Amino acid sequence: MALLSKKDANLIKDPLADNNPITIQVLGICSALAITAELKASVVMAISVLFVLGVGNVVISLIRNIIPAKIRIIVQLVVVASLVIIVDQVLKAFAYELSKTLSVFVGLIITNCIIMGRFEAFALGNGPWKSFLDGIGNALGYGVILVIVGFFRELLGSGTLFGMKVLGDPVSKTGLYSIGYENNGFMIIPPAALIVVGIIIWVQRSKNRALIEEA
Amino acid sequence: MLEHLELFFRSIFVDNMVFAVFLGMCSYLAVSKKVSTAVGLGAAVIFVLGVTVPLNWLLDKYLLQDGALAWLGPEYAEYDLSFLSFILFIATIATMVQLVEIVVEKFSPSLYNSLGIFLPLIAVNCAILGGSLFMQTREIPNIGLALNYGISSGIGWFLAILAIAAIREKIRYSNVPAPLRGLGITFIITGLMGIGFQSFGGMLTGDNEPPEETQNTTAKAQEEKEIEKEIDDKEKAISYNEAINK
Repeated sequence: MALLSKKDANLIKDPLADNNPITIQVLGICSALAITAELKASVVMAISVLFVLGVGNVVISLIRNIIPAKIRIIVQLVVVASLVIIVDQVLKAFAYELSKTLSVFVGLIITNCIIMGRFEAFALGNGPWKSFLDGIGNALGYGVILVIVGFFRELLGSGTLFGMKVLGDPVSKTGLYSIGYENNGFMIIPPAALIVVGIIIWVQRSKNRALIEEA
Repeated sequence: MLEHLELFFRSIFVDNMVFAVFLGMCSYLAVSKKVSTAVGLGAAVIFVLGVTVPLNWLLDKYLLQDGALAWLGPEYAEYDLSFLSFILFIATIATMVQLVEIVVEKFSPSLYNSLGIFLPLIAVNCAILGGSLFMQTREIPNIGLALNYGISSGIGWFLAILAIAAIREKIRYSNVPAPLRGLGITFIITGLMGIGFQSFGGMLTGDNEPPEETQNTTAKAQEEKEIEKEIDDKEKAISYNEAINK
């Protein structure tokens, strides 16, 4: 890691586990839950947020000294909204089906609290390079949870991963289905995402007792 | 009248902002520790949704939609500005929130004291932007219904945060496993409540009309529409290519 000093490396590493935006900072839950019924949608969402947060953090950090404090929220919203429009147009052009599945949730990246949270907490007080690393780190931490939730929901709910039938065919009863395995339809419905995230938090906090909240 | 009632109940129970589409989860989780603050935030959300959804409906109808600018004159009829909707909606919301804050502070200090601290939070609450975006994708036909949609989804959000705040006040006396305390158990309870709310799904199909048939016909109509759109798009693309070749 000659490229990154230890401090810089921590900016990326911390949000992946001990300071994860979703499970610890409680930011950006909305979109994390709604689109995770399929792994593909989760990955695309994670990449979109990576782009928006990485670029947005740099932009805000560059103009941090000329934004008047009173209107900074509106300035931030405009920056995010422009980036999200780019993402939305790219998705519509190259992955139309997927942009239909994501529907309004692409637009909701604008109000994704991770983005505003990182702008306020980090980009407004740090230089562009550090802000970039912080943005990438947090977006990756968000993406990791999204992919885990998407993985379990798609695998247990439809028996597929990225649309490929990894557990055999439920209709012609091959693979696991030949010994009586059934898909868990519960995983497809929206509330299951909440429960999966709840379980992830449970596992993470049992491993790292320092994170447990006071009652 | 009937469609108003249906939309009202549908937005509160069936398409509940929190339990069906997970909007506004961040403030839902952060501000639900006490019932009194939850009520304040919930009321502010109803209010802001009730103002911004109809306003954004007007913007969408007369500025953004394909051909919405026709009222300016026939030469403007072909513009489609819908790609600008995100930035315009969020600008409206941020401005409205600021405006509401100033007006409320001036005219009703007591209301300001109860709502005040929550108003700035609301600009970045995804339930507000989500309300406007869903209003756009669901193609709500007139401004009365848009107002109804805004207010009733606000009420749905209010109910959700009220319920979870009450549960969290009670759960303090229970023996929750240590790693689940706080955030974890709140997630799981919300999930269970969401499953409960799923049962409202059958509420609006009604006895008098055979629901499946209507669904089929609307689905068919939609398919036909989509096919027509595709053909339209293809023709447009062809004419565009020709224009380029020329």
